[in-house]
Amino acid sequence: MTTQQQRPTRSAWDGFRGGLWRDEINVRDFIQQNYTPYEGDSSFLAGPTERTTAVWKKITDRFPEERAKGVYDVSYDIPSTITAHPPGYIDKDRDLIVGLQTDAPLKRAIMPYGGWRMVAGALETYGYPVLPELERVFTQYRKTHNAGVFDAYTPDIRAARKAGIVTGLPDAYGRGRIIGDYRRVALYGVDRLIKAKQEEKADLDAMPHDASRLEEVIREREEIAEQIRALGELKEMAASYGYDISGPAAGGREAIQWLYFAYLAAVKEQNGAAMSLGRTSTFVDVYLQRDIDAGVLDESEAQELVDDFIIKLRIVRFLRTPEYDELFSGDPTWVTESIGGIGADGRTLVTRTSFRYLQTLYNLGPAPEPNMTVFWSPALPQGFKDFCAQVSIDTSSLQYESDELMRPRFGDDTAIACCVSAMEVGKQMQFFGARVNLAKTLLYAINGGRDEKSGAQIGPATGAITSEVLDYDEVLARLDQQMEWLAETYVHALNVIHYMHDKYAYERLEMALHDRHIRRTMACGIAGLSVATDSLSAIKYARVMPVRDESGLVVDYRTEGEYPAYGNNDERPDAIAVWLVEEFMRKVRKHPTYRGSEHTQSVLTITSNVVYGKKTGNTPDGRRAGEPFSPGANPMNGRDTHGYVASALSVAKLPYEQAEDGVSLTNTITPDALGRTPEDRVRNLAGVLDGFVTSQGFHMNVNVLNRDTLLDAMEHPENYPQLTVRVSGYAVNFVRLTREQQLDVLSRTFHGSL
Amino acid sequence: MNLIQPGALLPLIPVSTDNPAEQAAVLRGTGPVSGSVHSWDLSTGVDGPGTRFVVFLAGCPLACLYCHNPDTMRMRNGKRTTADAMVEEVKKYVTFIRAAGGGFTISGGEPLLQPDFTGEILRRCHDELGLHTALDTSGFLGARASDTLLESVDLVLLDIKSWDRELYLRLTGRQLEPTLAFARRLADLGKEVWVRFVLVPGLTDPRENVDGVASFAASLGNVSRVDVLPFHKLGAAKWEELGMEFTLADTPVPTAAQVSEARSVFTSYGLYAV
Repeated sequence: MTTQQQRPTRSAWDGFRGGLWRDEINVRDFIQQNYTPYEGDSSFLAGPTERTTAVWKKITDRFPEERAKGVYDVSYDIPSTITAHPPGYIDKDRDLIVGLQTDAPLKRAIMPYGGWRMVAGALETYGYPVLPELERVFTQYRKTHNAGVFDAYTPDIRAARKAGIVTGLPDAYGRGRIIGDYRRVALYGVDRLIKAKQEEKADLDAMPHDASRLEEVIREREEIAEQIRALGELKEMAASYGYDISGPAAGGREAIQWLYFAYLAAVKEQNGAAMSLGRTSTFVDVYLQRDIDAGVLDESEAQELVDDFIIKLRIVRFLRTPEYDELFSGDPTWVTESIGGIGADGRTLVTRTSFRYLQTLYNLGPAPEPNMTVFWSPALPQGFKDFCAQVSIDTSSLQYESDELMRPRFGDDTAIACCVSAMEVGKQMQFFGARVNLAKTLLYAINGGRDEKSGAQIGPATGAITSEVLDYDEVLARLDQQMEWLAETYVHALNVIHYMHDKYAYERLEMALHDRHIRRTMACGIAGLSVATDSLSAIKYARVMPVRDESGLVVDYRTEGEYPAYGNNDERPDAIAVWLVEEFMRKVRKHPTYRGSEHTQSVLTITSNVVYGKKTGNTPDGRRAGEPFSPGANPMNGRDTHGYVASALSVAKLPYEQAEDGVSLTNTITPDALGRTPEDRVRNLAGVLDGFVTSQGFHMNVNVLNRDTLLDAMEHPENYPQLTVRVSGYAVNFVRLTREQQLDVLSRTFHGSL
Repeated sequence: MNLIQPGALLPLIPVSTDNPAEQAAVLRGTGPVSGSVHSWDLSTGVDGPGTRFVVFLAGCPLACLYCHNPDTMRMRNGKRTTADAMVEEVKKYVTFIRAAGGGFTISGGEPLLQPDFTGEILRRCHDELGLHTALDTSGFLGARASDTLLESVDLVLLDIKSWDRELYLRLTGRQLEPTLAFARRLADLGKEVWVRFVLVPGLTDPRENVDGVASFAASLGNVSRVDVLPFHKLGAAKWEELGMEFTLADTPVPTAAQVSEARSVFTSYGLYAV
C-alpha cells in the first residue's frame, strides 16, 4: 500500500520524525518514531475548566429523563447514514470537538440495515411512530441482514436458537467488534486514504479472472468501492460542520477532531454491539506534545480537549429493543479505548495523554463509557500503575488486560474490541459470534439431547442416561457427542450470519480504515463454564442422583457428599474447566469458516449470564433452575471460599491460546480488603494486578465497592446518577440496570475482610 | 461462657496436636509435623503488608469478648493438617505473591499454641520458599516461641489488647504480663513489630488505657506501625452459630472521630499509626 504522491504541506507533519509512515499507511510506525514515553506520576494533571463543567452539565441534566423514559429522544424518520443528519451540537459556541450522531445530543438514530423488526420494535417500545413508507422500503424494496440470515438458517439452527443453547447471536443486530483505524484520518487526511484504496482496487481490477477466486474478487471490488464511497461521505459530513478533512490534521485539536469525525461516521452508520475506538491516547499525545513544546498549548488546554472528546464518546447512543437490553443491559456501546502497555522495543507506551484519558473520570466523574481498558504489564512505570489503581479504587471504571499475553500474539498496536477481544488495529477484524451454553449442553448429555425444560429433542438423540447414580465417564462420553453437534451447528450459524452481514450491512467506513489484507477471526464463545465445571466435579467427586419426571426426563439432581468447586485454585475442578475450554475449541476448529477466518473463542457473558441462567434447568452442582450463571469465567458466587486471589488463579489456568478471544473475570472487592490506608490500597491493588498478569491471568474487571452503597443506590437511584460498576468486560451505570440485574450484581461475591 | 478459667496456667510443654497418639509422637520427635488448621485464605493489606497467604490455626488460650473468629477458639474445630500439605498449598501462590508483593502470615486462633507446627511452616515458607513471613499473635504464649522459630519470622503482628491489667483479664481471661515480656524480648532481638490495638468503646478506649499501650510500644524501639482496629460486630453471627453468647452485642462500634483520636495518641509518641 504505497502512495508516494500527495505528501501534505509541511505544516501538518512539521517536526515529526521517521520516514516509513510517510510513504505507506502505517500509524504504528508514526507512533513509534514520534511518541514521548512518560514515566512520572499523576501530579501534572489539570482539573476541569469552567467550560468543561458547564458543557458536561448540559448533558447530565438530561440523564434523569433519559433514565426514566429509556431513551431521551429518537430520530424516527431518517434512516441513519454518515450524512443523513444535519450537524448537531451540545453547545455550538462552546463545543471544542464537534459532531453528534444526529442533530441533537442523546437523540438516537434508526439503523435499519441490520433488521427492520428491531427498529420497529424499538420505536413501538418507546412510543415513536413507525413510518409506513420506511417499513415498506425495508421489508419490500431493501432486504436487511436479519431477513437474509433467516432465509439461510437451517431448522437445526433455529431449534438450537429457540431452546437457548445458542443465544445472543448477532442475527438481528449489528455484529460490531470491528475497530476502524480512526487515527489514519488524522494522520493522513481522507484524500490520501482514498488514493490508497483506489490503488488497492486497481490491483484487483488487474487480477486474472480465475474461476476459483471469481466470487471473492468481485466481492472485494465491490467492498472497496463502498469503502471509497464511505470515505467521501466522511469528508462531506465533516464539511457540514465546517471542517475540511481531506488533508492531515495540523494541531492537537485538529487531530482529535479528525479522529472523532472518523469514529462518528462509524457510529452514524453501524449500531454494532460493540463500537470500540481502538488505541488512541498515545497517538493523540504526539500532537498535544508537539503543541505544548511549541508553546501554543498548556496542560489545562490539553486536558480540556481530551475532556471534550471524552464527553462526545460518553453520549454515543443506539436504539435497541428490550430483548437486546436483557442480554446486554445498561445501554452499553463498548466504546473501548486501550491504554498503556509496553512496546516491542521495551519502551512503555504510556504517555501523558494516557493519564489525561483516565483523568476524565475525575474531571467528568465516573462513567461506564468509554470503556477504559488498561493494558497491564509488571513492566509499566510505577507512576502509571499507581494512578490506575487509584482510579479503580475511586471510580470502579477500569478494566485490565494482560499486555504480556497480547503483545507476543498481536503486536504492540493492539486494541480491545468490546470487552476482551484483542485485535491489531487496522489489520485484523472479527466475526462476532456470541456464545453457546455449556451448562445446558451438559444437561442435554444426561437427557440424550432432549431439552430439560421443554422436553423437545434438540440435540442428537444419543439416548438418556438411565443409571441411578451418574457415572462420570458415561456423562463425559455423552457430553462429547452433544458438544460435537453443538460446535457444528454453532459454527454453521455464524457462517450464515457473517455472510449476510457482509452482504446487507457491510461496515464500509470501518473497513475503509483497514488494510486490504486483514486477519479475520471467527469469534465463538462459551457461557456457563463454572456451572458445567462444578456439575462435572459433583458427578466425579460426590454422588449425584438424577430425579426424573414421568416422561423419564431428568429435571433435578440430588447430590450426596461434597465436591471441590472451581475458584479455589484446586487442581481437581480447575482441570475440568481447562478441559472444557480446550475440548470445545478443538471441536469448533473442525468446521470450515466463512472467508477462511481463524477459529477463536471467548469465555465471556457480558450480562447475558442472567438470561442463560433463566433458560437453563436445575444443574448437578446444586444450582436451581433459572438462577443466573456466574459472569464470564468467574467461579460461581460464594463457592470461591479462599479469597479473590485463589479465585483469580483458578481462572488464570484457562489457557489463553485456546481462548484467544478473551477470558473474562470480574472481581468485586471492598475497600477494606485492599488495605487499611489509601496508600496501602493503591500499592496493594497494583501488586495484585502484577501478580495476576505474572500468573498468566488475562482480564480483570476491578470493582472497589461496598454492598451498602449498591443497596442504597437501588433505593435512591437519584443520588447515584454516575455510580459505575464493572460487570463482565464492560461497565454500566448501576442505576440503569434492571432490578434483576442489580440483584445479580449484589448476589456476587464481595471479597471483603473480616 | 469462657472456655478456660481466668488466670489458669497452661501447660508449658509445647504440644501442637490434640490427638494423644500424635502428641506422643510429637513429644518423641517422630512422625510428620502436623497441626490443627481452621482455614486459610489469601488476603490483601489486612494481615501484614501486601497480599498474603494466611493460615488460621485452631485453638486459642484467650477468649476475647470481641473475638471475631470465635470458631477458631477451640483446637478441635480445626482440621488436622500436616506441615507438608500446608506448604504445598502455599507453594501454589509463590509466583503470585512474589510479583504482587506480600508474603505468608500465620494467624489463628493462636499460632503459638502449636509452636512445632507453626515453627515448621514458618521455617519452610521463609527459608525454602523465600517468602516474607509474619506471625500474628497475642503474645500470651510468647515464651513458647523459640529463638529459632523467631529467626524464621520477618514481622510480628502483636496484639496488645489493653494496658489496664484488670481490663485485660476481663477482656481475654488471661494476664497481660506474658505479652509485655514477649514484646520486650522481640525488642531485644530487634524483630520488626506491628502493634495491633482493638478500639472498643466503653472498654479499651479510656485515654489512660490507650496512652499506656502507646507509651509502652514507643519505648520498645522496634514497632514500625500501629494498627488501630475499630471494633466491629461482623463476627456476631459466628458466636450465635457456636451457641455462645456474644456479650458485646449492644456495644457501639467506634466513630471515625474516636478512631482518629486513638490514633493520634499513638502518633503523639512518634509512632506510625493507621
